[in-house]
Amino acid sequence: TPHFETTSPQQRIEKILVANRGEIACRIMRTAKRLGIQTVAVYSDADKDSLHVKSADEAVHIGPPPARLSYLNGSNIVEAAIRTGAQAIHPGYGFLSESSEFAQLVQDKGLTFIGPPASAIRDMGDKSASKRIMGAAGVPLVPGYHGSEQDIEIMKLEADKIGYPILIKPTHGGGGKGMRIVLSQNDFADSFLGAQREAAASFGINTILLEKYITQPRHIEVQPGITDEFRSQLGQAAVSAAKAVGYYNAGTVEFIVDTITGQFYFMEMNTRLQVEHPVTEMIVGQDLVEWQIRVANGEPLPISQVQVPLSGHAFEARIYAENVPKGFLPATGVLHHYNPVPVSSTVRVETGVEQGDIVSMHYDPMIAKLVVWGENRSAALVKLKDCLSKFQVAGVPTNINFLQKLANHRAFIEGNVETHFIEHHKDDLFIDPNNKVICEDAYHAARLSASLVAACLCEKERSVSRESYPGDQSLHSIWYSHPPFRVNHHAQSTMELEWENEYESNSLKPLMVSITYQPDGNCLIQMGENSAHSSEVKASHLGNDSYSVEADGVTMHVSLAVYTKDQMKHIHIWHGPHYHHFRQKVGIELSDEDESHHKTSFEGTSHPPGTVVAPMAGLVVKVLVKDGAKVEDGQPILVLEAMKMEHVVKATSGGYVQGLKVTAGQQVQDGSVLFRVKVSDFHFQLSS
Amino acid sequence: NSAPCIIANPIQRLQARHFSIGVLPDGVDRNSETFSQNSDDMGRLLSELQSHINKVLAGGGEAAVKRNRSRNKLLPRERIDRLLDPGSSFLELSQLAGHELYGDSVPSGGIVTGIGPVHGRLCMFMANDSTVKGGTYYPITVKKHLRAQEIAAQCKLPCIYLVDCGGAFLPKQAEVFPDKENFGRIFYNQATMSSQGIPQIALVLGSCTAGGAYIPAMADESIISKGKFWQAATGEEVSAEDLGGATVHCKTSGVSDYFAQDEMHGLALGRNIVKNLHLAGNQGMLNASSRIDLAYKEPLYDVKDLRSIAPVDLKQQFDVRSVIARIVDGSEFDEFKKLYGTTLVTGFAKIFGQPVGILGNNGILFNESALKGAHFIELCCQRNIPLVFLQNITGFMVGSRSEAIGIAKSGAKVVMAVSCAKVPKVTIMIGGSFGAGNYAMCGRAYNPNFLFLWPNARISVMGGAQAAGVLSQIEGANKKRQGIQWTKEEEEEFKSKVVKKYEREGNPYYSTARLWDDGIIDPADTRKVIGLCISATMNRPLEDTKYGVFRM
Repeated sequence: TPHFETTSPQQRIEKILVANRGEIACRIMRTAKRLGIQTVAVYSDADKDSLHVKSADEAVHIGPPPARLSYLNGSNIVEAAIRTGAQAIHPGYGFLSESSEFAQLVQDKGLTFIGPPASAIRDMGDKSASKRIMGAAGVPLVPGYHGSEQDIEIMKLEADKIGYPILIKPTHGGGGKGMRIVLSQNDFADSFLGAQREAAASFGINTILLEKYITQPRHIEVQPGITDEFRSQLGQAAVSAAKAVGYYNAGTVEFIVDTITGQFYFMEMNTRLQVEHPVTEMIVGQDLVEWQIRVANGEPLPISQVQVPLSGHAFEARIYAENVPKGFLPATGVLHHYNPVPVSSTVRVETGVEQGDIVSMHYDPMIAKLVVWGENRSAALVKLKDCLSKFQVAGVPTNINFLQKLANHRAFIEGNVETHFIEHHKDDLFIDPNNKVICEDAYHAARLSASLVAACLCEKERSVSRESYPGDQSLHSIWYSHPPFRVNHHAQSTMELEWENEYESNSLKPLMVSITYQPDGNCLIQMGENSAHSSEVKASHLGNDSYSVEADGVTMHVSLAVYTKDQMKHIHIWHGPHYHHFRQKVGIELSDEDESHHKTSFEGTSHPPGTVVAPMAGLVVKVLVKDGAKVEDGQPILVLEAMKMEHVVKATSGGYVQGLKVTAGQQVQDGSVLFRVKVSDFHFQLSS
Repeated sequence: NSAPCIIANPIQRLQARHFSIGVLPDGVDRNSETFSQNSDDMGRLLSELQSHINKVLAGGGEAAVKRNRSRNKLLPRERIDRLLDPGSSFLELSQLAGHELYGDSVPSGGIVTGIGPVHGRLCMFMANDSTVKGGTYYPITVKKHLRAQEIAAQCKLPCIYLVDCGGAFLPKQAEVFPDKENFGRIFYNQATMSSQGIPQIALVLGSCTAGGAYIPAMADESIISKGKFWQAATGEEVSAEDLGGATVHCKTSGVSDYFAQDEMHGLALGRNIVKNLHLAGNQGMLNASSRIDLAYKEPLYDVKDLRSIAPVDLKQQFDVRSVIARIVDGSEFDEFKKLYGTTLVTGFAKIFGQPVGILGNNGILFNESALKGAHFIELCCQRNIPLVFLQNITGFMVGSRSEAIGIAKSGAKVVMAVSCAKVPKVTIMIGGSFGAGNYAMCGRAYNPNFLFLWPNARISVMGGAQAAGVLSQIEGANKKRQGIQWTKEEEEEFKSKVVKKYEREGNPYYSTARLWDDGIIDPADTRKVIGLCISATMNRPLEDTKYGVFRM
């Protein structure tokens, strides 16, 4: 391409500013460091102490937490590059990575944009325009409307022409944000307006395109699992697509395959490094970021297409702070415990957070990407499952458990994967609280974990007691010897654990665990009515969160994470393939670890019936009814937005809305009371 | 052939030599008939003890406990568990106080007392059991409360009162209220201990009416738990009215200092108060001389053998050294005056690294053994070494020969020494405790800091048969004077009545019910209990021992 010829004697890049945050910023800096290139991080107020800032040689503050004022503020970022003497800017993915204006600005200021030319971004970024260009270049397209007309009535007519179901898509952006599937004409208006709002909030442009919705599609980005012939067809189509817009640097052309007909269609091109690029890197053994830098330096690619090896199979699991049972809603909070699996030549962990960091409502709630490689798909899958079971995150709800279920699902193992996989297999992936057998199994596993928790906590308390109390007071250590002495009986303690069962949060009784210290140092753990379940457990503390536990003759390794939050002690346990989360009431007790919790107010966590709380922390976008209004069951009351996703909060029953005080533009915290639906206006009747 | 032997031998010889200085031999023949007989007998006594203990651990009965639970209240031992440092030990006192003492059952005398650490500081706990007669004070409740305060005062232990009581048990007011060692003495002790700088902390965790109300009022610091808190959890709106006495006492009256939202909060606040006790310049014995060897050795022999050494039949002798060998560190015992007055074994040892002087009976006290005992006690007091008495004594030798050589003078010497000794004293009755032997070996009247019994122990002025003989002689003489014929059968019946009475009153349960001791223990726990007791006495300052006039 002309680009290479004109810039051949250019100055080599010696310092890169990474215009991003989180794992991708860290990942880019890692390659830069290996190449001896210095790095500059940019950060918002929310990211002052984050890992990507610590990973860089220099860091520049670029604004307040909201992305549009910091990570989307192109001129501030370019200025930061100039101030620190960086010659190039890597945009990562997301944020400004697909902004042609930004790419242009970078070039205009005499800096190198590590990515495609601004014109190619512009052409591909507008999905309507790109489809027109692709159509002209002979790349196959899904039937749809990609025109510039955005009037709702005209769009509706276009939708009728294509035929339902219809996919509504913002013309800019990606990641499924703003996308809506519309099954019938009646739903069109609501979905259309919602998509516009979300698109505006995420990408600043609210234009929409329509497409025929393929009911059994499979999303393909040239990855394994297809024949060589099909791969080469796709490859050729992709090259045609890139050539049509004068593309250079890394990019991904996405196709959709109709699994019924086998026909593939161009979907879009991501004009940036792909989020899942480590999968490609693992099977081709290359560093794509290094390639990006080489291309930006004007060098030729190190190997040609025929030299690209294809070896084995890789999986990428994205670990998110999210609330799976609440429809995968983003979650926020403190990562009280974070212990990812150790990395090796076959296991990669791409992360931008550390223990103690906050997953805030301002950005994408991804915690890490776990990438594993195996000689073939089944070998890689075994590794994936093992790594998922050992990937320890506590403090925010995550999708790890769900990913494990997914990886263990028969259809997934067989490779029968398509876009509606979760929808099709939801009965297997989400425990049905009415399924007695599965619930009993789950309960049994929780009980075992609870007994291990009890033994480990007792052991830890004892060792902490022993270490911390005697010594300066010279109290004799026999008062802390194990097992604790009692005159003519055994020391006992009870622990009330609430199992945080993510699939049926309110239906289980707390687990009452009774611990009896046996003279031989073992703990007799009893649970259930008349101590129906009992086991002999011996725990030894190996340091930090690690324990060795012998239970009924089997010795196992157990990891525990314990922290206090909202007057609850949270205990997470990992052992073998099992993971459980328990809560223990501490009330206003001044626990020794949490002396800061001297709260005098005592707010119960239970609310009166009909109370609706915020399912996530976020911004109130719209309030749809007035306080006091009569509403139907399921009627939308207000719209919340967090992490660029909209969520409609609905009435939980028919009745009257009370205490609705939030207004559009207001931030709400996760779990804060939004309003209450009273079945009848009882209060009012009484007073009148 | 002899050369290799010489090389191999030194180690054996070294061990043998090491053995000969102070290391006690096993002394127990596990294959003997005596061993298995004793073991069976003690097994029976222990299961009897266990069944009595299980009853008192259950508190004031199923219904009362259930009612207590429904009010979200914990039982006294559970409350103490939550105040103690996690995983720490608790030395409970007089668990069987009140056992078969009244027509009503009063488990543990209605109050749980004992010693354990809070934030590394040993405290004395006194916790009312509201499931037992609503936590009211029977005479034995008062006695047990006062005994706990007495130990606290002696050992300078902060007192934690867990108040949940309805005051004096009114039907027995005459035995509860007026006398010196009655209800009022509790407050007197609180005041005087406070004046000595021994912290007095009260936690009001239930009703606290009548006399009981003075316990928190007399305390240095008190916590009151919000009444009827659990109703607030139902989601009803709680008015200030419902907050009850806690608000009044913390906000208005100032009777209480800390406001607890609920019981758990109250207990947590209680721990905090102890954490904040500064007690600067507190000079315990331990601080004065840090002689504790923390790298102590366990005894060489199984402590469980202690369940098979002492016979139930007190007429049978056993060597107290086999008991000592299972109590002291490394079974090392440096015997003092081993060859003189051999019926009293004396010597130096360590228990959990703490130096002790031990006196154990190996038969009747003779003139020489009494003198040896007095000498040894003087020695320990001079050196500030705590004394441990292992009582198994039928008394002093009687008879004309003994009287002639002045056994009474020798007995008086050892009683003088025991009485005046200001070092910590711990007495364990491992067999009989009769007559003046009880005095010489630091019985209850001689203020041992702690006194525990084995389940085979017997305490009385003399043995039942002996008493029956003496009493029937007197009775026979009386009858003869009055000209009444006393048949052999009548005499036997008289004697057997006396024997039965002595048997009943000399029984360890009779003793422990009346608080003549601090509890009955499993012989296998003896080492542990003595270790904890000695450690508990280490908080007090050193005191010089001054004796009265020894009769020479």
